[in-house]
Amino acid sequence: MKIIIKNGHIIDPSQGIDGVGDILIEDGKIKEISTQHSALSTSSSAHRTIDAIGLYVLPGLIDMHTHLRDPGFEYKETIKTGTKAAVKGGFTTVCCMPNTYPVNDNASVTEFIIRKAAQEGHCTVLPIGAITKGQKGEELAEIGTMRNEGCIAFSDDGRPVMNSLMMRRALEYSKAFNVPIISHCEDLTLSEDGVMNEGLLSVTLGLKGIPSEAEEIMVYRDLSLSKLTGGRLHIAHVSTEGSVKLIRDAKKRGVNVTAETCPHYFSITEDAVTGYDTNAKVNPPLRTERDIKAIKEGLQDGTIDVIATDHAPHHMDEKLQEFDKSPSGISGLETALGLSLRLVEGGILTMGQLIEKMALNPARILGIKRGTLQTDTNADVVLLDMNREFTVEVDRFLSKGKNTPFRGWILKGMPVITISKGRIYEWQ
Amino acid sequence: MLNRKDLLGIKELSKDEINLILDTAAGFKDVLGRDIKKVPTLRGKTAVNLFFEPSTRTRTSFELAAKRLSTDVINFSVPTSSVVKGESLIDTALTVQALGADFIIIRHSSAGVPHLLAKKLRASVINAGDGTNEHPTQALLDAFTIREKKGRIEGLEIAIVGDIIHSRVAKSNIYCLTKLGARVRLIGPPTLIPEEIRGTGVEVFHDMEAGLKDADVVIMLRIQMERQGKGFFPSTEEYSKNWGLTAERFSLAKDDAIVMHPGPMNRGIEITSEIADGPRSVILEQVTNGLAVRMAVMYLLAGVKR
Amino acid sequence: MRGRFFYGVKMPKELMNKKDIDRALTRIAHEIIEKNKGIERLGLVGIQRGGVHLARRLASKIKDIEKKDIPVGLLDIGFYRDDLNIRKEQPVIRKTEVPFEVTDLKIILVDDVLFTGRSIRAALDALIDLGRPAAIQLAVLIDRGHRELPIKADYVGKNIPTALSETVEVHLEEEGLEDRVILEKVDTER
Repeated sequence: MKIIIKNGHIIDPSQGIDGVGDILIEDGKIKEISTQHSALSTSSSAHRTIDAIGLYVLPGLIDMHTHLRDPGFEYKETIKTGTKAAVKGGFTTVCCMPNTYPVNDNASVTEFIIRKAAQEGHCTVLPIGAITKGQKGEELAEIGTMRNEGCIAFSDDGRPVMNSLMMRRALEYSKAFNVPIISHCEDLTLSEDGVMNEGLLSVTLGLKGIPSEAEEIMVYRDLSLSKLTGGRLHIAHVSTEGSVKLIRDAKKRGVNVTAETCPHYFSITEDAVTGYDTNAKVNPPLRTERDIKAIKEGLQDGTIDVIATDHAPHHMDEKLQEFDKSPSGISGLETALGLSLRLVEGGILTMGQLIEKMALNPARILGIKRGTLQTDTNADVVLLDMNREFTVEVDRFLSKGKNTPFRGWILKGMPVITISKGRIYEWQ
Repeated sequence: MLNRKDLLGIKELSKDEINLILDTAAGFKDVLGRDIKKVPTLRGKTAVNLFFEPSTRTRTSFELAAKRLSTDVINFSVPTSSVVKGESLIDTALTVQALGADFIIIRHSSAGVPHLLAKKLRASVINAGDGTNEHPTQALLDAFTIREKKGRIEGLEIAIVGDIIHSRVAKSNIYCLTKLGARVRLIGPPTLIPEEIRGTGVEVFHDMEAGLKDADVVIMLRIQMERQGKGFFPSTEEYSKNWGLTAERFSLAKDDAIVMHPGPMNRGIEITSEIADGPRSVILEQVTNGLAVRMAVMYLLAGVKR
Repeated sequence: MRGRFFYGVKMPKELMNKKDIDRALTRIAHEIIEKNKGIERLGLVGIQRGGVHLARRLASKIKDIEKKDIPVGLLDIGFYRDDLNIRKEQPVIRKTEVPFEVTDLKIILVDDVLFTGRSIRAALDALIDLGRPAAIQLAVLIDRGHRELPIKADYVGKNIPTALSETVEVHLEEEGLEDRVILEKVDTER
């Protein structure tokens, strides 16, 4: 099967391409790429020719931080629905967190996810294994075996490894398999049962606050442990100004660290919680304008390498509860690109830099040959129409999770075609 | 006018709305002084006390307020533990509404529950205390009492003493009294007064004597014994020594200062009996005024067409 | 405002002036004394707000004649209205202050305008909740007809036939206005 994408504005930071050109796809692989200086060598008949005039042609996005909820919480999301939502959002690869039931802390669960994703997934699914058995922070999980089965990173996401010695061991041991340890930085003894950012707003809403320091203390600890061990540390969902500063400083000192943030941490503040909107309950919590500014700076100067979604779908009934009882999380796959494109619009990032944060850098951190349009790689391609606006309507979400604080937002820039796993998805 | 379906908190109210409630309450207080203490005003209406937290005082006050207005009252007490196992909050509330409730008076240990119900229900939701957020009718009755005793609220120096961070009474009082033009001082240990609260326009004192100086009104809060084990203060004895209201300390306030307490009191801990039962204590009048204020709130909310 | 100018034309007409009102009240004062053979065990109760001012004026006139004080009370009928369930806004509650025991007294209820009779019905209920008067009589400045309840005034300043589309307004000095009674025709055609 041959596909030709013609006259699109190709952006591929991995090859330094930023210009109008054509792409030839053959049998699910990128066969050839041309820019205005050189035409495609094979102009032979294609099964499908896509006219991409006025569209951006981008490598498929990679989400380093997704909750697919499968196995165990299929009422929240399944591999099938989650990957469909991903593809609609422009992602062709998602890395799923291990807090399923059972927890992905052994090779049989990894194998189950990979097999199911191969059968039902609309995009590539790369599992992230648990650092410790049952995410309990007590005993190391079989990182090597899971690595062989297909896990590309390890994390106890949502349940930080509180024991510093255990975290040290994880960072040391994982070096043998060259996999990153992704850390959800939260000092649970300090955040206790907090449910939102600590500040005047939490006081006036009567909600228990989580100070920024609960994140920053652990960021500092993990940076120290990474320095001590040389282990590869990736800090998940950075939400505070202090964390950005700590990471920036550590990078200068040569610490082996990378970091991600999520669209909600640079798009909205704690004010979204006003009125007790559980859709704005997320962990780490939404912070302040000051933090947003720092995160944007961190994205701009490279302190923050990646924009991930932390897609955390929940059932409507779970969100329709007491604020402190409701689970944390935002269904993010279908809004992440639209929200992140606001950074390009606002002059924070160039389109090329955005694609680095959402495709190339994740691939590099995970050591996978994706997030690129180089020849002979998988043909994961997204065609983006920057002139298309869409309103965030949860009823049209393909994800089962309708939990988003962005309901009703008008976002600019919509994928019109996603090519994933050899299939062409066209979106209206 | 009070153009709202629900009373969720003082935060949401304007100064004019607060004054309207207080003025209306004065009319109802007249009624409470008569032989026939009941008016037919809200005949045929139904109020449900939906209490997820035990509270005899507030529940009884709302119950009597409703009865004085000729409204039928049902008490629906839900121990939180059975709710955890059983039906969801929303289902419980919808069930109560289906019984024909016009007013749902709710107390819950989680902040924001009245707001959630207000969005989902046709009935008027009255917040009778939600977590550490607000307890609006308590603040209204406190303001009513102060106004009655002092003739005004604007310009008064009002000290609130104790566990501010966990106190919904303190929060509602801060909003209410500052909106009405009083100067509010908070007194207590730093562990119980979050720094950020200065953003509401209050003054913070950690020294009891300094905070009480020349106060017109002193509102004492109940200290929860269980805070001791959580590191907020080392012992109730130490707390009492530093922040308990004694006659000696109370003498630092103005000569005509009054003392208030939302109850139930821990005598000998946050307040001595000498003060609580003394001539400048208005603690029992607060209880009576609570009825008038709650009648006024129900009366005013009933007027909004839905 | 434009709409009102073209379509909602108000045509005010003065029914009573300051002198008319004063004469009517003087007459009512005499009638009250005559009918009750003096003012023994008599009390005046004005309905908030217009009725209160009129009750005070009547009390002063009665004092001029009888050289004796007659007690005056203020009654708010908000709690007793029968339209609380259909109103958009709750009526503002004003003071009820009846500083005397109503039981076994003859009470003259005073209001400015008698119309459907519903306010008087509410006032009767309110009064009876305060005690058990020996008798209740009704004095009004204007009776404009259109009764919906079997209620009749004992003393009337002036009977004025009106249409339902008209409004009658009693302006009193106590409210900062010039004493007069005005009939307004509201053209409801729109």
